[in-house]
Amino acid sequence: MISKRFVVVAVALALALGPLASAVLAQGPSIFIPLLVYRTGPYAPSGIPNANGFQDYFNLLNERDGGINGVKIAVEECETQYDTKQGVECYERLKSKAVLINPYSTGITYQLIPKAPGDKVVVHSMGYGMTASADGRYFPWVFNFPMTYWSQASSFVKYVGAQEGGLEKLKGKKIVHIFHNSPYGKEANPTLETLAKAHGFELTLLAVDHPGQEQKATWLQVRRINPDWIYLSGWGVMNGVAVKEAAGIGYKMDRLVGNWWSGSESDVIPAGDGAKGYKSMTFHAPGAGFKVHQDVIKHVYDKGKGAAKKEALGEVYHNRGMINAMLNAEAIRTAMAKYNLKTAPTGEQVRWGFENLDLTEAQLDKLGMKGMIRPLKVSCENHEGNGLAAVQQWDGKQWKVVSDWIEPMRNVVRPKLEEAAVQEGGEKLKYAKRDCSKEK
Amino acid sequence: MSVFQQVLIGPLKDIGSNPAFFGEVVIGGILAGMLYSLVALGFVLIFKASGVFNFAQGVMVLFAALTLVGLIERGAGVWVALAATALVMIVLAFAIERAVLRPLVNQPQIILFMATIGLNFFLEGFGEMLWGANVKKLDVGIPDRSFMAAGMQINQLELSAGGIAAILVVVLAIFFQKTRIGRALRAVADDHEAALSIGIPLKTIWVVVWSVAGLVAIVAGIMWGAKSGVQFSLSLIALKALPVLILGGFESVPGAIVGGLIIGVGEKIGEVYWGPLVGGAIENWFAYVLALAFLLIRPQGLFGEKIIERV
Repeated sequence: MISKRFVVVAVALALALGPLASAVLAQGPSIFIPLLVYRTGPYAPSGIPNANGFQDYFNLLNERDGGINGVKIAVEECETQYDTKQGVECYERLKSKAVLINPYSTGITYQLIPKAPGDKVVVHSMGYGMTASADGRYFPWVFNFPMTYWSQASSFVKYVGAQEGGLEKLKGKKIVHIFHNSPYGKEANPTLETLAKAHGFELTLLAVDHPGQEQKATWLQVRRINPDWIYLSGWGVMNGVAVKEAAGIGYKMDRLVGNWWSGSESDVIPAGDGAKGYKSMTFHAPGAGFKVHQDVIKHVYDKGKGAAKKEALGEVYHNRGMINAMLNAEAIRTAMAKYNLKTAPTGEQVRWGFENLDLTEAQLDKLGMKGMIRPLKVSCENHEGNGLAAVQQWDGKQWKVVSDWIEPMRNVVRPKLEEAAVQEGGEKLKYAKRDCSKEK
Repeated sequence: MSVFQQVLIGPLKDIGSNPAFFGEVVIGGILAGMLYSLVALGFVLIFKASGVFNFAQGVMVLFAALTLVGLIERGAGVWVALAATALVMIVLAFAIERAVLRPLVNQPQIILFMATIGLNFFLEGFGEMLWGANVKKLDVGIPDRSFMAAGMQINQLELSAGGIAAILVVVLAIFFQKTRIGRALRAVADDHEAALSIGIPLKTIWVVVWSVAGLVAIVAGIMWGAKSGVQFSLSLIALKALPVLILGGFESVPGAIVGGLIIGVGEKIGEVYWGPLVGGAIENWFAYVLALAFLLIRPQGLFGEKIIERV
């Protein structure tokens, strides 16, 4: 007869060794990509669709193409709960097998930036993280394409200017920035302040403390200021409450514009019909009307390997996860082409692939993502690439892009970014400046 | 302008120059304070009857709201879903008494506190497993638009929440003062052993008090869930109740209400008039400063019982 103690020990061993066994299976001649995810905790509503998007796209490549150039992709998720400490623990646990990492949190990104060069792991913080790291001369291992927070903020001002009839019409207008009181939320402030001086609009900065469940005082101030436009840099529950409060005080919803981390389905659901007209910035199109979605259904979902429910395809964060995975894959493909590889590339080779990524319209068409994101070119100096922003609007049922692609004010952003790179990279981290003319 | 003028004269002038807006800030604070009180009440009820600081109260609010919205999403009518959620919270109270409290009876309070931490994580995970982690819209038919009254803008949802919280307090006061079980609860709160010696069943009292706290959690969950949608960050509203408890005392129902109002009004006035002087976002910590200031004068809280121990 099997003793009770034996059963307990066997169950404990199975629980302990199960994840190890799957990690072992994930090894071999494959390209290993760890995924830092947050499927639990207060930010899970944003974390789950993102993680599912990654899984679905990598699954598509494995199922349809046999991986990248025939080399399979192996992924392993590590739960961070959007907590910086847990994220760093995940990185430390997985870095020995990894060639690149997507931290999916500005806080985690800041912690990994100093570690990346020593570990030879590429950090890709897609549209988040440290803006200064876009200067590749100081941060060779960090990439934040297709755009940074600063470029995004300048695109917002450009959009508002266009709506008002020209940037010169911004003089005397009142713009409020409501932001999450964290390094992430504050990122846009210097750009907005610079542009307020340049174009003569009156900028008010209103911080909201984490988690942002209660914002009455902030919206009382909004009532008093009566701004012409509001820019929202929120996260998680803060977004839903802000949209609901704006609707509650009768603010014109089409003049409330969130950044691209404030414009998902979960941000508008709590406000119901009140959210109609709310806008947000984006760098990719929402919706499931692209060829890549048909491929995902055919090669992944129809085989019962989908990560989400089929109805979730096309959601903003699911699309973003797929785009992030695609950018990772295309950078790896670039590296494999350069080094003529039939096996998994090294961290240094992948870094070269990221730095020389040239995603053309033709390649996007081939990938089934034409129109979903703009072509992108990265260089040694410029790690944010030449991405463009757009504005999307919630119509009560779905997000729809309502603007043309907007070129950021690069003449304003780039000099500031280079100054910040000297401070963050040169002075704080003691990095030497690379001479990109000598890089191939 | 001198610092004195900036810190004192400026904001006071601002208040005087626009009294209607000041009125709006105060009313906004009162209504927000009532919502804090709703959460604080759950803590008070359990602490009053058992001396246990229930770390899981915030998650109980979340669990109640998740269950309610989950049932509504599956086609149940609002009233049916409410009744079923109430039943679930009562069953939960029985389960907690049987599986957590009873085995730990006579253990030090810190052990019971640690048990509620475990309960917190269990309920969070269990709720997620049952109902998923998506944001859910909670619509129980309470209108959410604002209206103007005497030059002030007032939100209907917050006004309803204030009214419901007031009714809940009256019901609880009657329950504690006028019913047999309420008197038994008070006896247990005063002295466990004395209550046991005259035949008051401690186990029943615990089930009743956890059930009542569960029902209060439903009301808090509806109000907060209607404001922000039902999502896992709802459990963090417990943080908003802590300064209320520090101020009002851990054992006083009126303390939770008055404490909530003081914190609500204090933090709104602080954020709107003094916040801009330091870059804003002072609301959260200002509530704790306010509570601590009161604590220096009355360590047992506004309505807490003064602790006198013979040595």
